[in-house]
Amino acid sequence: MLRYIYGQDLRHFPRLRDTMFRDRAEQFKNRLGWEVQVNEKGEERDEYDDMNPLYVIWQKPDGTHGGSMRFLPTTGDTMVNDHFLFLTDGVRIESPFIWECTRFCLAPGADRRVTAALTLGAGEIMEEFGLKHFVGVFDPRMERIYSLMGLNPDVLGRSGEGRGAVGVGLWEMHEDVFVPTLERAGVDRETSKCWFRMAFDEGYTQQERAIA
Amino acid sequence: MKAGLQELLEDIQRVENLETFQSATERLRDLLGLSHVVYHWVNSVGERFGAGTYSSEWVDRYLEKDYLRMDPVIFGCFQRFTPVNWKQLDWSSKAAKAFLHDALAHGVGNQGYSIPIRGPNGQFALFTINDTSSDEAWETLIAETERDLVIIAHEFNKRALALDAREESAPAPTLSPRETAAVTHIAKGLSRAQAAAEMGISEHTLRVYIEAARHKLGALNTTHAVARALSNGLIIV
Repeated sequence: MLRYIYGQDLRHFPRLRDTMFRDRAEQFKNRLGWEVQVNEKGEERDEYDDMNPLYVIWQKPDGTHGGSMRFLPTTGDTMVNDHFLFLTDGVRIESPFIWECTRFCLAPGADRRVTAALTLGAGEIMEEFGLKHFVGVFDPRMERIYSLMGLNPDVLGRSGEGRGAVGVGLWEMHEDVFVPTLERAGVDRETSKCWFRMAFDEGYTQQERAIA
Repeated sequence: MKAGLQELLEDIQRVENLETFQSATERLRDLLGLSHVVYHWVNSVGERFGAGTYSSEWVDRYLEKDYLRMDPVIFGCFQRFTPVNWKQLDWSSKAAKAFLHDALAHGVGNQGYSIPIRGPNGQFALFTINDTSSDEAWETLIAETERDLVIIAHEFNKRALALDAREESAPAPTLSPRETAAVTHIAKGLSRAQAAAEMGISEHTLRVYIEAARHKLGALNTTHAVARALSNGLIIV
């Protein structure tokens, strides 16, 4: 299932949390060779994880991490505005309707369905919170993933080459992308909305508990 | 109403001390026909400040009872950045029910919508509208005004940030060369596709530049942003 969890609430999901940060180390340090910090527990975390970001996480049936991405509003501190202004022609991308999306991570062995489910989660966020765009730091691999998902990523600027290349890019999720994304994820819209309400609507969650 | 909101946004940018935020909350309340509008801010060193239309009896009562420690709105919003309809919060505890009861007895409406705001360096603020109405009427109002409310909430916060940084007069917004070019093309009547082609960028990128400029200018929409850029002398057509 898809979970939407603020950083401060990850403590309620220890297994999900720990496997997510370990999978991030595996992906970003070991597989992609990015210069990221991995702590003694084998977890990749950076300063933006300390800013109470909103994570969208695919939780596998055994409770572990299947894939995730991290969101922060661009009115606060973001990676793009703090470190990558040279890739945006100096434009600080800042608006309550534009969020930064970073650390798109897939657990080892995760299939296309997980990618599609994460895309769906981003789409629900965009629709429910009236967002216009996502901005993020991309590598060529991410560009391919976003293109495959029909998100038309738009890279503002790039630096570096090959495996180490990074760019700042934009993407958005149009209404017409929901149907193919739901199909790829093998999820219906009602289920997706239910996951969303479970995360953001306490009243709804209590009702569900009462029924269960 | 749009004209009233545009005017209000421009006046917020001219607010010169924290106290005059008060009249801005009152004007917004009257413009939208609501019971209350409240803006509550916490700066990066934890100092608090509030402006709003709640009665002084309720504010005193809130402090006296130390409701800050259990207020479900605070719990549901603090350090977050996703707006909430109060109906979505957890009011199930006995303490929360008693708090709500007390609030209603002090003129607070039964419906609320709060927008948490995140500024730089961990700065946090909360912008709330409140009224007495049915669930359906409230949901309709939120759906119709939520975008404008988010813009207004952030304009309050931008001004409070500037004042906190001891910028007495409103800092004139400046646009980067790319933003200036984008807004200028739109002001000249070019379509977004034409403007993007002119600048050699995608339409998507153009829209992001225009949105960044809109936010900087504290405008309600693109048309308002163009007007603000012209009147501030940031673009010449």
